Amino acid sequence: MLQVAVRKQLGDFTLDAAFEVGDAGIVALFGRSGCGKTTLVNVIAGLLEPDEATVRLGGITLDDTAAGTRMPAERRRIGYVFQDSRLFPHRNVEANLRYGLKRVPGGKAAIPFEEVVALLGLGPLLGRRPNHLSGGERQRVAIGRALLSQPRLLLLDEPLASLDAALRDEVLPFLDRLRGRLAIPVVYVSHQFDEVLRLATHLVLMEQGRVIASGELGAVSLDPALRSITGPDAIGAVLDGEIVEREIESGFARLRLGSSELRILSDEPIGRRVRVQLLARDLILALGEPAGLSVRNSMSATVVSVTRDDSHTDLVLLDIGGPQVAARITNAATRDLGVRPGLSLRVLVKSVSIRGQTLPTAGETA
Amino acid sequence: MDLLGPVEWEALRLSLAVAGRSVLFSLPFATVIAWLLTRRRFVGRTVLDAFVHLPLVLPPVVVGYFLLVLFGARGPIGGWLDRQFGVQLVFTTAGAALATAIMSFPLIVRSIRISLESVDRRLEEAARTLGAGPFDRFATVTLPLMLPGMLAGAVTAFAAGLGEFGAVITFVSNIPGETRTLPLALYTAIQSPGGEALAARLAAISFTLGLGGLLFAEWLARRLRSYLGQ
Repeated sequence: MLQVAVRKQLGDFTLDAAFEVGDAGIVALFGRSGCGKTTLVNVIAGLLEPDEATVRLGGITLDDTAAGTRMPAERRRIGYVFQDSRLFPHRNVEANLRYGLKRVPGGKAAIPFEEVVALLGLGPLLGRRPNHLSGGERQRVAIGRALLSQPRLLLLDEPLASLDAALRDEVLPFLDRLRGRLAIPVVYVSHQFDEVLRLATHLVLMEQGRVIASGELGAVSLDPALRSITGPDAIGAVLDGEIVEREIESGFARLRLGSSELRILSDEPIGRRVRVQLLARDLILALGEPAGLSVRNSMSATVVSVTRDDSHTDLVLLDIGGPQVAARITNAATRDLGVRPGLSLRVLVKSVSIRGQTLPTAGETA
Repeated sequence: MDLLGPVEWEALRLSLAVAGRSVLFSLPFATVIAWLLTRRRFVGRTVLDAFVHLPLVLPPVVVGYFLLVLFGARGPIGGWLDRQFGVQLVFTTAGAALATAIMSFPLIVRSIRISLESVDRRLEEAARTLGAGPFDRFATVTLPLMLPGMLAGAVTAFAAGLGEFGAVITFVSNIPGETRTLPLALYTAIQSPGGEALAARLAAISFTLGLGGLLFAEWLARRLRSYLGQ
């Protein structure tokens, strides 16, 4: 359990943020550049002195300004992966990796060296100097180094921000693998919503030094507050489901979401857990079951609420038998269809507009 | 044919001994002072900074005079050293090394400061998050990264120390086999009738050592920097 409440004045910028995360899981601190994400993470790590703060991690008080408690950064056992990797240039990769490992109190290593090397594919790099590594390799070593310090919490400050698209794609799969293996909470700072979607279980939205929404990814992804950061086009339900049936010939897989099923294009086997994003702008509402359409998904739904989205659009929140989705339609459509809370209708979504992504299965989670 | 006679050899040996001891003596102090001046904000920092740089602007004779007053046989420090440890600095090689150390101190402090300022403090932060305390961080991150500049500074100070004249001759006089280093021997040769050839040879030695020292310092710094991946 990580509990954070921080106040810090920097010039005319005020950071005043609070959030909580459970024992495991990846919480994404998401917001535009300059909203105070890195400042917040530096306070948690103990690198920046807060004006007022309470930071507790698994029953241990790291910061409590009211009681005058402030644990030095070197004793917090918080792994920190910096945006600019910060590998020691005078040590080779192996010595970098072992730096934190050697300093673990009591020398107990729950995360062994060999496992981290294998997990992050660092074997061929061990003898090299950091200046002979690519940007992506450097970040992988930095992640390994932080993990091997046997942290109680892992902080990742935009670990992919300094990499170009190709290198990002090289590192992301390693972060994916990590997600399934870690038994500690992770705070992942990002201003890229696709990274958040791919990795996070929880989402903390920040704007101008404040937390404007926080909670499970699925819930926050429907929060209108998200719109102010991502813009209207990224709003949409993020749902985790399980593949229950495959239609081999057509390439479809049936994904169960509550009592509804969704046809997605996927090669994953039955039993796999898959995360999908249904963008609000991609959903179509129909009063009856339509015929003669190319759309492959039609789910029955009940309207939960209708809120004004824009001068000409509404955001309709719908219950699809447990999970909720959001649809963005024009004011005119709302009026013509008579959309109001309690109304039953059909939600249509094209299979090709669904972005799916495999989640680690329960068996892989350590 | 012997290029160097016994007089030249002795002067060379003394110069090397004096310069070597002065660098070994001043390096630890210079590191601490450079650290304070670069990393700490305290009252009197500017005064300390000026004090360290004083030998650069004072006439060397003045430095030698102050040393004589403080470290002379009846001086407050010199007298104490003599009573407690039987150490005498006036008219000795050790005294010449002390005078040389003080004269080259600003050089060493300056090069250590520059190398300390070039150490990326974000690397020290990274070491902190990995569990390294203050001394641990200094020994395993800061010091190795500032080593190229420190060694280059030490070599430069050594080369400069080979030729220290004013402070040495004022403090420890010009005693053959004890304090007559290269420049002092050269000065003596110029003063003696028929010493022109000796003077020329001593000047050539000084020239070669100085140039060699500077080139070596540069080469060393470059080698170490590439070793450190900078």
